[in-house]
Amino acid sequence: METEVKLTKLSSCAGCGAKVGAGTLSKLLGDMPTHFDPNLLVGFDRSDDASVYRVSDELALVQTVDFFPPIVDDPFTFGQIAATNALSDVYAMGGEPKLALNLLCIPESMPQSAVQAMLAGGYSKVYEAGAIITGGHSIFDDVPKYGLSVTGFVHPDRFYKNHGAREGDVLFLTKPLGVGILTTAEKAEMLEAGEIDRAIQLMTTLNKGARDCAVNYRVHACTDVTGFSLMGHMLEMMQGSDLSARVETGAIEFLPRVLEFANMGLLPAGVYRNRNFAEPFVEEGDLPLKVRDALYDPQTSGGLLIAVDPQDADALERDLMASVPSTQRIGTVIAKSGKSIYLV
Amino acid sequence: MMIVDARGLLCPEPVVRTQRAVKDGISELTVLVDAEAAKENVTRFAASRGYAVAVQQEGVDYTLSLKKA
Repeated sequence: METEVKLTKLSSCAGCGAKVGAGTLSKLLGDMPTHFDPNLLVGFDRSDDASVYRVSDELALVQTVDFFPPIVDDPFTFGQIAATNALSDVYAMGGEPKLALNLLCIPESMPQSAVQAMLAGGYSKVYEAGAIITGGHSIFDDVPKYGLSVTGFVHPDRFYKNHGAREGDVLFLTKPLGVGILTTAEKAEMLEAGEIDRAIQLMTTLNKGARDCAVNYRVHACTDVTGFSLMGHMLEMMQGSDLSARVETGAIEFLPRVLEFANMGLLPAGVYRNRNFAEPFVEEGDLPLKVRDALYDPQTSGGLLIAVDPQDADALERDLMASVPSTQRIGTVIAKSGKSIYLV
Repeated sequence: MMIVDARGLLCPEPVVRTQRAVKDGISELTVLVDAEAAKENVTRFAASRGYAVAVQQEGVDYTLSLKKA
């Protein structure tokens, strides 16, 4: 669908690539007071995907917010991607989203039909997730932005942290990588018609299917892979767990042509931000530069990174392959070593 | 000597401009950029097209000299 505004031309960095770098963020938040509340099970002191607050012995609230500038030009699709991405933080905690509030920033000149399409895209994904949009807030801004604040529920004893992995755990990734590189190639007008479609299909796929499989098994840690890249999010998981990871790079699926574009320097600036942050903790071995670059690619609405008990790994893999066929078994958690991540 | 001034441009524009410039198969080219990501990306692009790259840095400004190997 063609629209009067080319949404991606209005933003300099798109999707989760617009995220403030992990290093900058920890400096900004470093001096903030952290309140102690025995019912606050996950707060921002652990840089997890969402906060979790115990309401009763049976019920905890999961609360998260996410929004960003357009990563695609079609407003309905952008709305779908932004909503899928915002809902994902609840799934990454093992929870189920229930209520959502729209966060909307729009230029005064943006056509009403485009704004409505963006909201309709968001609504469609929230509805698919079984949640309800109950309101929101909108302001004028030169660069459009959209996202959601999402509230969900989880059992207070059975939510997933982004740390807590154990030695021997098997690592799964539920979506291929390369969305940031492909959208950069699209901005450079290097894609043939239809080549972005698979990336869009992945970015609009809820992580609900992966979460619904995971809850039946002994998952020790889980997070969603977004702006900090697979390396950045895996680093957080390993450092938080005080362990290291051995990653079978050959088992990782990159979207078609991603390595070709990486090789010719069509990398979003976020690749370098992520690399600067995580690289000191990653043993990259002698892998080709294009593969190493692609592992730092900021993902928008990426898949779940799951660390599961080795005894449950085969069964979880079967379940995931049936409902989330893009799943890859990418490595194992090993004893803490000199580096946090070893690429082989 | 051809000069591509890509300062102030956001990725992927510096690579796009460099690509346009090397289309005719010229053997030497200078590219000016003012961001680390642009420097790295143009360097990768040049290598993929068989150019050797020499980088000179002055503050945040980079001068990339591309030469067909």
